[in-house]
Amino acid sequence: MGPLTRIQREARPESMLLNMGPSHPAMHGTIRIMLELDAEKILNAEVEVGYLHRGFEKTCENKTFFNLLIYTDRLNYVSPLINNLGYAMTMEKMLGVTVPERAQLIRVLMSEISRVSDHLTCLAAMTMECGAFTVFLYMMKAREFLWDVIEFTAGARMTTSYIRIGGVRADLHPDWRASVSTAIRETRRVLQDVSGLIDQNSIFLGRTRGVGAISKEDALSFGWTGPCLRSTGIPYDVRKAHPYLVYDRLSFEVPVGEFGDNYDRYSVRMREMEQSLRLIEQVAVLLPDAPPLPAGPAVEPAEAVRGSRRQRTPGRIRLSPNLEGSEKERLDGLAARSPSVGVPAKEDTYTSMEGLISHFLFFMGGKGIRPPKGDVYFSVEGGNGELGFYIVSDGTDRPYRLHLRAPCFHVVAALEQLIKGRLIADVIPTFGSMNMIGGELDR
Amino acid sequence: MSGFDFLTTRLETALGWGRKFSLFHYPFITACCGMEYMSAACAHFDIDRFGAGLTRFSPRQADLLLVVGTVTHKLAPVLRTVYDQMLEPKWVIAFGACAVSGGIYRNYAVVQGIDRIVPVDVYIPGCPPRPETVLDGLMKLQDKIQNQKQDWRWARKP
Amino acid sequence: MGPETLIDAIRTKLGPAVEGVADSCGDPVLILRSDSVRASMAALREAPFDYAVLLDLTCVDFAAPEGRLELVYHLFSLSRNVRLRLKASLPAADPAVETLVGLWKNAEWLEREVFDMFGVRFEGHPYLRRILTYEGFEGHPLRKTYPWRLAQPRIPLKDGE
Ligand code: SF4
Repeated sequence: MGPLTRIQREARPESMLLNMGPSHPAMHGTIRIMLELDAEKILNAEVEVGYLHRGFEKTCENKTFFNLLIYTDRLNYVSPLINNLGYAMTMEKMLGVTVPERAQLIRVLMSEISRVSDHLTCLAAMTMECGAFTVFLYMMKAREFLWDVIEFTAGARMTTSYIRIGGVRADLHPDWRASVSTAIRETRRVLQDVSGLIDQNSIFLGRTRGVGAISKEDALSFGWTGPCLRSTGIPYDVRKAHPYLVYDRLSFEVPVGEFGDNYDRYSVRMREMEQSLRLIEQVAVLLPDAPPLPAGPAVEPAEAVRGSRRQRTPGRIRLSPNLEGSEKERLDGLAARSPSVGVPAKEDTYTSMEGLISHFLFFMGGKGIRPPKGDVYFSVEGGNGELGFYIVSDGTDRPYRLHLRAPCFHVVAALEQLIKGRLIADVIPTFGSMNMIGGELDR
Repeated sequence: MSGFDFLTTRLETALGWGRKFSLFHYPFITACCGMEYMSAACAHFDIDRFGAGLTRFSPRQADLLLVVGTVTHKLAPVLRTVYDQMLEPKWVIAFGACAVSGGIYRNYAVVQGIDRIVPVDVYIPGCPPRPETVLDGLMKLQDKIQNQKQDWRWARKP
Repeated sequence: MGPETLIDAIRTKLGPAVEGVADSCGDPVLILRSDSVRASMAALREAPFDYAVLLDLTCVDFAAPEGRLELVYHLFSLSRNVRLRLKASLPAADPAVETLVGLWKNAEWLEREVFDMFGVRFEGHPYLRRILTYEGFEGHPLRKTYPWRLAQPRIPLKDGE
């Protein structure tokens, strides 16, 4: 038993202390709320976080810039691709790299898909905790279709590490248009169904309208960003305020709420998903089909390696299916092709001496990506708001310090204030609408 | 039902059969793997087909503890308490690389595998495991339950 | 206000509190004296600068090369849509600085995090307690002297290292 916590010290003798979480279904396993109660009424609350503190920042200091990309996937694990994007773009800012147009469009496509799945998951959990299990099932269904697009392209469903420093790892799946349009269609249908089920539902309204409301000033003072800030009526969106990638060329609106209560947070997310779907459609129009590969026979990888031993220049190599889209010919449009930024093409690595050397030079300790000395901050609009990376480099191949500006850390900091004076039942939708993601909150 | 008027079996087998198809699980969800747990539990993959669809959010009502995600040192006592609160017979599945071994987090904050805290029956690898892997792991557990020595209280009375 | 005039205006306003100005990848950076952090921040929060949001607070451990810790504040002005980075150096032994609690509401948690990870004392903070690690944790994990893999279990673990 350590020293008393604040709430224990301050508790009135006649009131009851109740512990909610960390292993509580609505607390997502990683947060603990201590409540001081007078019957159902919350007199005082204290939030304890850190149950998912996985040492992300310390670990990154011990990994090379290339290797730590996988850890960024697991920050906000509902929209991993946006985290990848944030990290990759911070590094690009530091290295001064420009990303090819095609890769930028693919990045927008992927991050909007992730944003939709992020909002879907948040609302699914929130509504389920309010009792709307159907909505949960519907939204998870839509998420599966979105993840199909990601899986076809990146080979993994969640933790893809698809967006790399300098570009993206591989081209889109040849059939991506079909999967994207299925996903959009299914998601739209689900959104419509959910609106029909929930928007006018008096139980849901009773638990969300006017509950957990926050004023504009308080939201700013807590450093809120993202959908939660927009629900109070402030239209701040990093994509509009500090445009990155090609967002300034796409048309989308920034939905805002009015009262900053749970219902507004719900409805902002719902409308934002519609905007994200619009963005996906626009990108799908802008994005040309992958350039066709040169005609002519292709050799199997093993054969090419054998041939290269006999100094024979290999023809075009047919890559194994899981590397589809990362052929050497395609890489030009997908990543900045500089030996100090990206992995050299696999075809070269396996069939030529120079390729092998440059592969080793990239991965050898002390070599590889070495940004200049200095520090940099860059942020993108994550699922929860401004997702910023602050990186300090000392000129070696590992970050001296890497800090994540986690949007939901600031949001959850306000939870104590929002639930004080309310009923226990109000904790659930208030907390649910904040979209607390442990990996991002505790890092 | 002509021709199927009676059935013989061993009590042990019948009990195992009953137990393996009525797993009430308690999802101890902490991290990213929880997203795949949600997928596995929902319509596309439908864990309910294997009799494990009923989620209980109280350890006292559950007999399968699914540890989904990273367990940190800060969370370790909580996991221990939850396990202790469950009633016998009980089983534990370690879901995902983090629960199995600490996964990619080998540092000051993360417990290197939940088998340091509670006994584990089935380990599901993957970071995160695909839902198919989860279902496979569940079937492995069902095999194990079917074939293990069933203990029932009344048999042990003197 | 363009970036140049803005920095000049801030320097005029804050006077000797500003020790220097730097530029990192195109972003302006102000280096503050550590004993005037709170006063400077309070001034920056008001018009005409209007940095209404404390975007982020973190710390960098330069103890081994330079014997100091560096606090890094990020401010954001919604009305003018600009960010500003401020830094303040603290001695590595017993670092302490004034708290920002009272100016911004998220300062309470942000400062608790820096205290937890680096051991910086924030004077005047109402509730300086560990936030990401737990009571009983010894040391500050993001200090460079803290070994990366040194775990401090709370309960006995089976065949632990
Ligand atoms: S195994 Fe991977 S996906 Fe699962 S919790 Fe650990 S890091 Fe996350």
